[in-house]
Amino acid sequence: MTSRMSVLVLGGSSDIGRAAARAFAEAGYDVGLAGRDAAALEPDAADLRARYGIEANTWTFDVLDTASFEGFVAGLPALPDVVISIVGLLGVQQNAESDLAHATTIMRSNYEGPSLILGLFAERFLARGSGTVVGVSSVAGDRGRASNYVYGSAKAGFSAFLSGLRARVSRGGVHVVTVKPGFVRTRMTEGMKLIGPLTVDAPVVGDAILNAVEKKVDVVYVSGKWRLVMLIIKTLPEAVFKKLKF
Amino acid sequence: MTLVSGWGRFPVVDSEVLRPRSFGAVGEAVVAGSVARGNGRAYGDAAIGVARTIGMTGFDRIRSFDPATGCIRLEAGVLLSDLIDSFGPRGFLPFVVPGTRFVSVGGAIAADVHGKNHHGEGGFGRYVDSILLRTGQGETLEISREQNSDAFFATVGGMGLTGVVLEATMRLRHVETGWIREHVISASDLDAAMRALEAGDSATYSVAWIDCVARGNDLGRSLIYLGEHARADELADGADRFPLGKTPGLAVPVDLPSMTLNRLSIRAFNELYYRMGARRAGRDHVVSLYPYFFPLDGIADWNRIYGRRGFLQHQCVIPQADARAVLADILDRVSRRGDASFLAVLKKLGHGDGLLSFPLPGYTLALDFPVRGDILNFLDEIDRIVVAAGGRIYLAKDARQSRATFEAGYGALSRFNAIRKSLDPAGNIRSKLSQRLFDEV
Repeated sequence: MTSRMSVLVLGGSSDIGRAAARAFAEAGYDVGLAGRDAAALEPDAADLRARYGIEANTWTFDVLDTASFEGFVAGLPALPDVVISIVGLLGVQQNAESDLAHATTIMRSNYEGPSLILGLFAERFLARGSGTVVGVSSVAGDRGRASNYVYGSAKAGFSAFLSGLRARVSRGGVHVVTVKPGFVRTRMTEGMKLIGPLTVDAPVVGDAILNAVEKKVDVVYVSGKWRLVMLIIKTLPEAVFKKLKF
Repeated sequence: MTLVSGWGRFPVVDSEVLRPRSFGAVGEAVVAGSVARGNGRAYGDAAIGVARTIGMTGFDRIRSFDPATGCIRLEAGVLLSDLIDSFGPRGFLPFVVPGTRFVSVGGAIAADVHGKNHHGEGGFGRYVDSILLRTGQGETLEISREQNSDAFFATVGGMGLTGVVLEATMRLRHVETGWIREHVISASDLDAAMRALEAGDSATYSVAWIDCVARGNDLGRSLIYLGEHARADELADGADRFPLGKTPGLAVPVDLPSMTLNRLSIRAFNELYYRMGARRAGRDHVVSLYPYFFPLDGIADWNRIYGRRGFLQHQCVIPQADARAVLADILDRVSRRGDASFLAVLKKLGHGDGLLSFPLPGYTLALDFPVRGDILNFLDEIDRIVVAAGGRIYLAKDARQSRATFEAGYGALSRFNAIRKSLDPAGNIRSKLSQRLFDEV
């Protein structure tokens, strides 16, 4: 039997998911990678095994298939020490404004699914008396913007869920981390105009998640600059905010 | 289209940049005029496609590793820095590393990069057992010394022109520590420097930093750095077996005005560098592998020191027989001109492996020049000396040599071209470098 800590990464094929998995594996955690196509995750699991000499497994998980969640958690051979949800979908705001199906998928991918699955793990962790739940939300949830409020509102809901969950379970030995990465150079943001000084690479987010888990931080803005930027954006009066174009 | 350039930031040209996410998508990405690009550390136009540049750094997975043999299978976009950071602490390092660790495995194969141990241990390709290659024709081939060996020896050092390197199997070196036992020798002129390098032939690593502003009796004065992997019992008590490589803390924030590099500042810097080094000469001491192998990696974006117009590196190799006289002639011209780099690098090379591999037994000299004035004419003049001596210019550093210089230097070109043609009859794989130097017009 191994006495190593373990982490389960939901959304393990994303750039941030891969970075988080590497950060935890390097710190000696065994890693589970979960995503829609478990076979496609196998090369990443092999990479973690070869690099860090830890155990790595892959699991099939679809964030939109909420009916499968109970079975997914029950089917894991052991409850992990840390579970991280990196699942999310940026979508296309303009399409979401008129296409209800697209808007629904964005909302469910960023709020419903991640909240329900992390809530489920938190209950199990509470019963055990230990565990860490990490939700990767977004600075976009701090205030709805004209350019991406469908995504932003779902992230706002997710952030609020994590905040409430944290307040409830913290006394039971369970820690909840909310991560707000800001701009990250990933597949999701490829081709977008990002502001250089506010943009980080995925490994920076992976390291920040590991650090937050180990130091028991509640809310992480990956780049400290974002905390200030979002403070300003949040404090703008609505009358001014609605005239701004962004 | 995107403006793309190499590490020297000259030339800057248009090419569509694609970053495929699967090997299947790499195949689809290959159109007429494509070439793969790793981490963009080739200095000139080698990793820029005529029409399309295929970015490979996303392919950064280790497929398998056998700690018993040091045999590793990995994707082409893994950086040597990543490999060193992951496997160094486990006692394994690449056999061959160039002067920067921020190169990809695919790029290191394509350029058959050499390190400070080429005189004894050969180039990067010597430790590559097999390569998964996606040819310009659309085939995916496993190539090695035994299987498709023509393709293998054309791919090692082939500047990406036989196709896209997807994966490789290679051997890592077992080391006890991440430290190097370094021995510094100060040489007051070129003769002394060459004698010290000859005497250092038995050292695993050897390199000379040469002051290329020094003239007259000082011409070619240098510091020679010999190195061996340190054993655990050679470390100070309490030292980490494997020091971690820091991400560069210092960065060059803006393009410096080209005035910064002038005769006076270079002369002052080199004087200081030489004297500091000479003080350490004679005694052995143990240094971390990072400053030993990668002295410039400590400064992020150091290419910006040369200003917006970029810089050219001129790296030639001169066959052993005439090396003394030819190097003296080149250094004399460079020192009289006075605007070459702070420090030039002189080292001995051994036999190359690939058909277009740069090394040949002799001495290699690497010099940096800011892009300005009549520098192109001056380098053409140096090239004529190199060609007359039977030498050649390193393709991974090159942005400007002429077809004639290239053809004179690389005798296996026609053989290479025949193999390239068989792998890619339609000529899909083409870089700005191949277009400049040897594609049929």
